[in-house]
Formats: sequence, structure tokens, C-alpha cells
Amino acid sequence: MTLHEVLLIGGMALITFAIRYTLFAAGHRVRFSPLMTRALGYVPVAVLTAIIVPMMLRPEGQLALQLDNAWLFGGLAAIAVAAWRRNLLLTIFAGMACFLFWRWLF
Amino acid sequence: MSSPLRTALQGARDTIPMLIGALPFGIIFGTLAVSSGLSVAATLAMSVFVFAGSSQFIAVSLIASGTGLLVIWLTTLIVNLRHMLYSASLLPWVRHLPQRWRIPLGFWLTDESFAVVHRYYLDDSRPLGGKHWYFLGSCIAMYSNWVLCTLIGVLLGQSLPGMAGWGLDFAMVATFIGIVVPALRTRPMLVAALVAGAVAVVAYDLPYQLGLMLAALLGVASGLLAEHLLQRSGEVCLDDAA
Repeated sequence: MTLHEVLLIGGMALITFAIRYTLFAAGHRVRFSPLMTRALGYVPVAVLTAIIVPMMLRPEGQLALQLDNAWLFGGLAAIAVAAWRRNLLLTIFAGMACFLFWRWLF
Repeated sequence: MSSPLRTALQGARDTIPMLIGALPFGIIFGTLAVSSGLSVAATLAMSVFVFAGSSQFIAVSLIASGTGLLVIWLTTLIVNLRHMLYSASLLPWVRHLPQRWRIPLGFWLTDESFAVVHRYYLDDSRPLGGKHWYFLGSCIAMYSNWVLCTLIGVLLGQSLPGMAGWGLDFAMVATFIGIVVPALRTRPMLVAALVAGAVAVVAYDLPYQLGLMLAALLGVASGLLAEHLLQRSGEVCLDDAA
């Protein structure tokens, strides 16, 4: 590993660990207001949706609302299966199958 | 009789769907990192010491485009900031543990383990006592899977150089969809998702992944607002799933 790589990874590791551990470290010294507690309940859904929707609609950077966008149709298939069966494994397999089929099709 | 080991194994077993979703993602990371100019040792070290998939992906694409260290670190901060919100959600169940537990559980906190573990903690039918073993089991399963997949990706990438272009990272999208969609049981939750998704698409071009942070904040705010408006109009949050 070069020095540049050590700095890169060391920095990323420190930053990520600090983010994940700081509140755990503080433990009882941190209390959240009821509003904050309610807000936290929305965090996973908001963050994960904010990660996936651009990947589906802008897989190459620009908006791609086209029939040949496998990310979009694979994602729509996954959403449909997830809503229908609420089964994570089935969602992954169905989404992946639709995605790969779409890629092969276009 | 629920021994610690059995609880940990249960946590690992409940994480299996997440492992399968992360599998292609980890492999692609390994191939992509090496083809972006990162050394094999550094690629593995990143998975071992950083252990945060989406930020590792973004870092590798930034390295490929010759971005400086400071920008990569800042991007890491913004992309991973959501984990602080996860740790805040889990804090009530973790704060009683000694630091020798809180340090590794903090280090290993990921989207996937959070989703599995949070659901388990919310289930009040079991006593809180041994639940951290479940958390640990889920984390160890995710971690070993991630490091192993990175290694496989590094090895495969050398024999199948074109693999990075197959789009296998779509598995991450499918996994996150499988986590999010079943959680959309109330109208405020649906509002939060729709707003977050829309803002993320519109604000995509903001630098340093700031669009992601903005989308998350506005999503949470609109979820709270919808909850408030529904309560004021006398409606209870309907549980569509019931």
C-alpha cells in the first residue's frame, strides 16, 4: 500500500467509525426529545429511498425515463414484489431476474 | 432456553437475505476497486477497516476520476452520516452495555444489520437481556460476508475484467427496496419516501452527495408534517397492512 492509500483508508475508517460510535459512546448522556424520536423513525425509509430512486431514474447520470432502462424496470419489479409478498429474498431474486432479463432484451 | 450463542446464530440467520443482497455488491466492489487503480491490499483494507458499502463505491469512483483526499473524506462523511441516525435509533437498547460491546457494535453498524436488528428490538415479546448477542450475530455475518465478497471480487476481477460492467450492483437497489417497501405502512411514511425520492432525483447534481443529505432531511420533515396534519384533522394513521 502506498502512503496515499493508507491516508485514504485511514481517514475514511476514522470518519465512518466516529459517525457510528459517537452516540453509542455517549450512552446515557444523550437524551432525545419526543419530536426527535419520532423523526428518527422516518430516517431509514427517507435515506434508503434517497439512495435508490436516483439509481433507478438516473443510472448513468442523466434522467433516463426510457424503455431500455433496466435499472428502472428491475426496480419497479422489485417494488411490486416487495409490496405483494413482503419477502426480502423473493424481492432480491425477482428484481435481479427482471433487471438481467431487461438488460438482455435491450 | 436461549443461550447467547443461539441468539447470535439467530441474528446471523435472520440476516441471510441481506447477505445475499450484499453478495454481488461486494464482489463488484472488489473488481471495480482494482480496475480503478487501487491496490489489492488497499481494496481489502478498505472493506476490513471502513466497512461501508455505498461510501466505498463512491470513493472508488472518485479515485478513478483523480479526486483529492479531502473531497473523498468529506464525501464519506456525508454519505455515512445516516449511520449516526441509525445509532440514535438503537441507542435506547444499547446504552446499558459496557463499552467493550458498544465499540464493536458501533463499528459494525450497517444499513442491513440496522434493518434486521431494529425490527428485533421492537419486538417486546422477548426480554432485552440477551438481545445484543443477536445484534452481534447479525454484524459478524454481514462483516465476514462483505470481506469475503471483496476478496472474491478482487480475484474474479483479475480473470474477468469486464465484470464491473454487468450491473450486478443492482442487487443493492433490490435489497434496499425490500427493506423500504414493507416499511411503508402508514401514510406519513409513504410521504417521507416520496419526498425523499423526488428531492434526491432533482438535487442529484449538487456536489459532495449533498443531494442525498438534503433529500433525507426533507423526507423526514415531510413525514413529520404529514403525521401532524393527519392527527390535527382527527384521523388516526391508518395501518394499511393490518
